[in-house]
Formats: sequence, C-alpha cells, structure tokens
Amino acid sequence: MALTGIEIFKLLPGGQRPPHPKANCKECGIPTCMAFAMKLAAKQVELAACPYVSEESKTKLAESSAPPIRLITLKGPGSSIKAGNEVCLFRHEKTFYNKPGLFVRVKASQANIAAEVAKADAYKVNYVGMDFTVDGFAVEADTLSGTSDPTKFADAVKAVRSATKRPLILVAKDAKVLEAGAAALPGETPLLYGADSANWEAMGDLAKKLNAPLAVCADNLDTLADLTDKLKGKGLEDFVIDPSSTKLGASIAKYTQIRRLALKNFRALGFPVISFACNAADEGIAAAQAIAKYAGFVVLDKFVPELLYGLLVLRENIYTDPQKPIQVTPGIYEINNPKPESPVLITTNFSITYFAVANEVEGSGLPAWLLVCDAEGMSVLTAWAAGKFDSERIAKAIKGFNVASKVSRKRVVLPGHVAVLSGELEAELPDWEIRVGPREAVDLPGYMKTALNN
Amino acid sequence: MPVEIPKDKWTGKVREVSFGATAADGGTRSKSIVVGGDTTLPYMQFEAPTPHTPVIAVEIKSRRPEDWSTLLEETWGDAMNDPASWAKAAEAAGADALVLWLTLADTPEDAVKATKAVLAASALPLMVFGPGQVEKDNELLVAVSEAAKGEKLVLGICEDKNYRTIVATAMANGHLVSARTPMDVNLAKQLNILITDMGLPANRIIMDPTTGALGYGIEYGYSVMERLRLASLQGDGMTQFPMMVTVGFEAWKAKESKVGTGVPEAWGDWKARAIHWETLTTTALLESGASIVVLRHPESMKRIRAAINELMAA
Ligand code: SF4
Repeated sequence: MALTGIEIFKLLPGGQRPPHPKANCKECGIPTCMAFAMKLAAKQVELAACPYVSEESKTKLAESSAPPIRLITLKGPGSSIKAGNEVCLFRHEKTFYNKPGLFVRVKASQANIAAEVAKADAYKVNYVGMDFTVDGFAVEADTLSGTSDPTKFADAVKAVRSATKRPLILVAKDAKVLEAGAAALPGETPLLYGADSANWEAMGDLAKKLNAPLAVCADNLDTLADLTDKLKGKGLEDFVIDPSSTKLGASIAKYTQIRRLALKNFRALGFPVISFACNAADEGIAAAQAIAKYAGFVVLDKFVPELLYGLLVLRENIYTDPQKPIQVTPGIYEINNPKPESPVLITTNFSITYFAVANEVEGSGLPAWLLVCDAEGMSVLTAWAAGKFDSERIAKAIKGFNVASKVSRKRVVLPGHVAVLSGELEAELPDWEIRVGPREAVDLPGYMKTALNN
Repeated sequence: MPVEIPKDKWTGKVREVSFGATAADGGTRSKSIVVGGDTTLPYMQFEAPTPHTPVIAVEIKSRRPEDWSTLLEETWGDAMNDPASWAKAAEAAGADALVLWLTLADTPEDAVKATKAVLAASALPLMVFGPGQVEKDNELLVAVSEAAKGEKLVLGICEDKNYRTIVATAMANGHLVSARTPMDVNLAKQLNILITDMGLPANRIIMDPTTGALGYGIEYGYSVMERLRLASLQGDGMTQFPMMVTVGFEAWKAKESKVGTGVPEAWGDWKARAIHWETLTTTALLESGASIVVLRHPESMKRIRAAINELMAA
C-alpha cells in the first residue's frame, strides 16, 4: 500500500532521529523535508530530487510504491503479453487492466505440432471492430506418460516456434527438460512452469540463469507463499502463481483470496495467477470463471474456435473500463451506398448496438442510411429506460444531421424495442413516415426485404 | 509460511425467499424452492456456506415460438407445440423450476389454459411471465394469478410501469413477483421500495436486474449484480433480494447463437458456439450473484448443473 506523507517523512533526512545534517536543506527545491514528503505522497515530485536519502529508505520507498500485483511480461519474437498491475477486486471499483492471456496447450508427444499450432496462430476474429487472436502457446512435456526426454521436449518447442512468433509457456516438472526447451528460445522471455515443493531449487536456479519468470505450484496458499519467499532468497522477483485447483468452488475461493491478499500488499502472493482450465471437467466454464475472477494467464486444452471466440469476447467485456461506455460517434452512416429512396434506420451510439445493426444491414446487401443518435453510449432499451433515447432526441438527430437533405422518401425505421415512441415521433416529425422495425438486429435483413420493400 | 486468509465480515444478508406451494401449503407443487439467505459474496464458502443451491429454471412458451433458433427447435422437437408437453420435457431434462412465458397472441383465457396445463403436466414450482408489454402483461397475469391462487407462482414481468397491478394480484392470490429493472442499481432499489410500500411482504420478491448476453452488454448486468450483492451485504435492506436472470432469452437472441449461416468462419461450429454462449453467460452471472438462471437448451442445463455442483462442493 502507498505510504502516507508522514510515513514518507520518517524516511527522509528531516524525519530521521537524530535528524540528518542536511535536513531541510531545500536542495530539492522544496522548503522543508516535510513539504517534500507531502508532495512525494501526492506523486508531484520524484524521490531522486533529494540527494540525501539513505539507501535503506530508498528500498523501503521503492517497495511501498511497487504495484500490489507484479507486472509479468512474456515475450516471443513477434509479440508479448502482460499480466498483473491490477488494483481492484471488482471491475466497477476502477477497471481491470491487463487482459488475461489465452494460451493453447500443445503436448510434446502430439503429432503434427507445427500444423496444429499454425492453425491456432493464424486465428483471427473480429468483435465490434477489434481483431482478437490467441496470445501464445503452452508446450507441455509428457511427464504423465512416463519419463520426459529433454531432446523430445526441445524438438517440440522448436516445432511450436517454427509455427508461431507468440510467447510460450514451457511446462515440465524437471528443470533439465525445461532448460532444453528454453535453449530453443534465445532472446525470449517464456514462462517457466513450474516450481513446486520438490523441485524449487533447481527451477529457481534455472529461472535465475535464464532471467525468466517462474510459475510456482501448490494446492494451498501457505506453500505458494513459502515458495515465492524461498525463491526470492535466490534473487528471483518474477513469479506467476498456480493454485492448482481444477474444481470451480475451490478455484473461485483461492483466486479471490490471492487477489485480496495481494491488494493488501501481502508480497508473497502479489503475482498474476495462471489457470490451467484445460485440466478442468468443463474447460469453457473453468476458463470463463478464470477470466472474470482474477486469472492473469489461462491455458486451454486445444484450439477450438467456437470456444475461443466466446472467451475472447467475455474477456473483452469484463475488461472494458466501466467508467467509459464504448461509443461510436453519433451521425448518419452510409451502408451499401444508399440512394435518396433508401430507408433511414435509427439506432443508438452504444458500440455493440451499432455494430450489431451495421453488420446485419451490411450483410444483407441492402442500401440504407443508419442514423446513430447520441444516447450516451447506451443500448436501445437501456437508453430508453434512462430517458436518453426518446422522440425528442431522435427528432433532434434527424434535424441536426440534416437527414432530410439526403433522402427523397422521408421514411425512418424505429427499433422495435421503442415502438411506443412512434406516436410522439410522428408529432415531432409530421412530414416523415414512421415505421417500426424488429426488436433485434438479427431480424433486420428479413424486415428490410419484406416489410420495407414497398 | 502460514497465510492468514482475509475474510469479509458483512452485516447484511440476502432474504430467503421461497416459491412453489406444496399440498401442505395449499398448492399442488412437489416441492418448494428456497433461494437467497446469502451472507457472503457468491461462493465464498470459506467465510460461510452458500445456503441454497442456485436454481436452473427452463423457459417454455405458451405457444410454439416462431422466432427461436432451429437448434432449440431440434432439441425440444414437438414438445414445443404445447406447453404441457414442453413442461414435461423440461422436467425430464433436469429443470428445477419452469418459467412459462406467455405471448402477445394469448388471450387471458389462453394464458389460464396454458398455466393450468403446465401445472397439471409438471409438479415443479412455476413462474409465469407476460410478453413484456405493460397492458398485455397486466391482463394476462391477473387472470393467471387468480386461476392459480395458492400455488406461490412467481409473476413477471413486474416493472415500474405495471407493478401496481401485478403486486396487487400477487398479494391477493398468494404469489411472488419478479421485479425487473434495466441494469441499474438505483432503479432496482427504487422498484423494490415501491413494491414493499404496497404491502407485499419482502420475502415474496425476487429481483431481475436484467442483463445483456455475452458480447451484448453482459458487463453491465455483471457489475450491477455484483453491486447489488455488495449493497445487500452492507445492509441495504432494499437490495436484499435474491436475483434471477433470463440468460437463455438473452443468449439465444445473440446472432452467435441464433444463426448458423452467413457468419464469419472464425465463429466455429454453430451448435457448440450457441451452447457456449449460453453457458459462459450463465457462469459469469452465477458468480456475480444470480440465484435463479432461466435457460433454454438442455445441453447448457447439464453443463451448468455440473458447474453448480462444483461451486457448491467447495
Ligand atoms: S533535499 Fe529536500 S528532502 Fe532532501 S534533505 Fe534537503 S530539504 Fe529535505
């Protein structure tokens, strides 16, 4: 937790007992050490401006200003992914910042590794104007099926690397096997997975040597904290935590406990969490929980586009800043080269609503004018209920964007959810024909082909 | 290193609400369902046990819907043709409760007939919802409420524009109401105040804070539900009601679920995607505080049942 001004003051020359000879020397450009401490607490000055802070105080101040959940970055030759730096338990308190990376698991014994990885690597899906992809791959040595062979693991890592430039997670219980895999990734920062009570020393040495983040695994928080603590003793700083539960009930409890402890500045658990949703009974549900409840990395069993798409959308939704509704600019949008006789469709400036409508109309091939009203970034029904999408606003938009100058047939289509507005809108726009469209965007093409086609 | 687990200490508690009257209570249901009673955030069982297992209700319609996805038509088949056979099929598929959703085409007589048929076909606790148009809802629900007096139905949609009528008939006939507001904490609270002011006992209210589906505003529903649960635990009496969400309705109107052609290839297999859409939305909302989820597809029900069992087992 950040220190208060008074707490900082005690670490400055003027706050030491006895006071440092340079106390209140003004060299920092501030009249007193106390005033400097206050400004430091308010982040208005840099600690470096005082030349007389002791080394011990510097360390304490640096520790106190470190984020409660350490930022961990994994790097591949083509992209990187970050986790950590989160500051709250509930997204409405502020926002969630670093979207959990979605990784696809590859087993070293698997056939056609490069081809499978290439398929997942090429995956790209568009959601409300944004392109989403997988974030990386987890290569797993097959320890379960017996011994794991460093050469085979290294070959698998090479095969994966030949098909993707994204960051990797290397999974093995034997440090020698991991080392062989990591040797195939010069200059990268993979996640090493992982250290447990049995192998932590060897894993720690390897992580130190490779300067890579290390996952620690245990099924209870005491052991996890123990492990990071002991490994810190080896000079390591970058960890990822795996609470190793595959059941939803245990996971939600542990993940929440870790996030709570981290936010209370319990440093031993102040790291991103990794979820192996791939090991749960229902990987989709486990991954959904992990995304909403605090995971920094999520490992999926296979590349399954229909699941991946849903999870990518969920992640985007949960990590949307709740303070900023996603909006599109109000105005009149042309779809499929509308002509003067084309209809004017009305919707709100909530981007999900806008994209749903625009995509349908575009897909139908039918020309239309799409009038996007300023409804403060809310969907049709929500905006209407909140009084932000009424006949007055719609009429104002029609006049304001001079829609009449674009069309020969003055015809507007209201979303079906606000059919009740048609009477009032007729009163506002006496020379316009007011039509009521379907409630859902998906039904627009059918409506435009039939009801509007006269 | 022994880690001291931080436990929240709350003063508030979500009210326990029960619906569905058995013979002992003057109804004909095989069981009553109790929801609510929570004293912690969802599934924080290291603080206190989650008192009641969340309920999976299934949505059935009074007449065969025209606009449902063919995936749903395939799975329910001819059972969709009449509400009684649909109710039986839903019970066989593992529903805990049923939501009979009436349509605009129904007359009060149709609505009563459908309700009676469902009550006769299945002994599961029942909720009856109007089509969502104020006057029509009033007309249909009053008739249903009187015809099913004593069954402890949950009547919806009860919103700011028609709550007087729905609450009055619920009071007169021993039913509950599902108080619906559009994704807003204060609106939800306000409606609960209006309803309790009319004299309906607070243990006969379920909140429906509404939601968007995955990709269509789920984050609003999700956060509103989290905030409502937090407020209730902090002691705000007018938020201390169990919550229900009509997830199936929302998820199945998303294009991702509804249609299988003319969509991007990156969306993958249609059926699997549609089920994911319903289950992922449900998972997120259960964990933000829903006590009752209303679903549409039997496969989603199975997966959500397994998820609930895991959540409760902690
Ligand atoms: S530089 Fe500023 S803070 Fe440092 S000793 Fe002098 S007055 Fe105090």
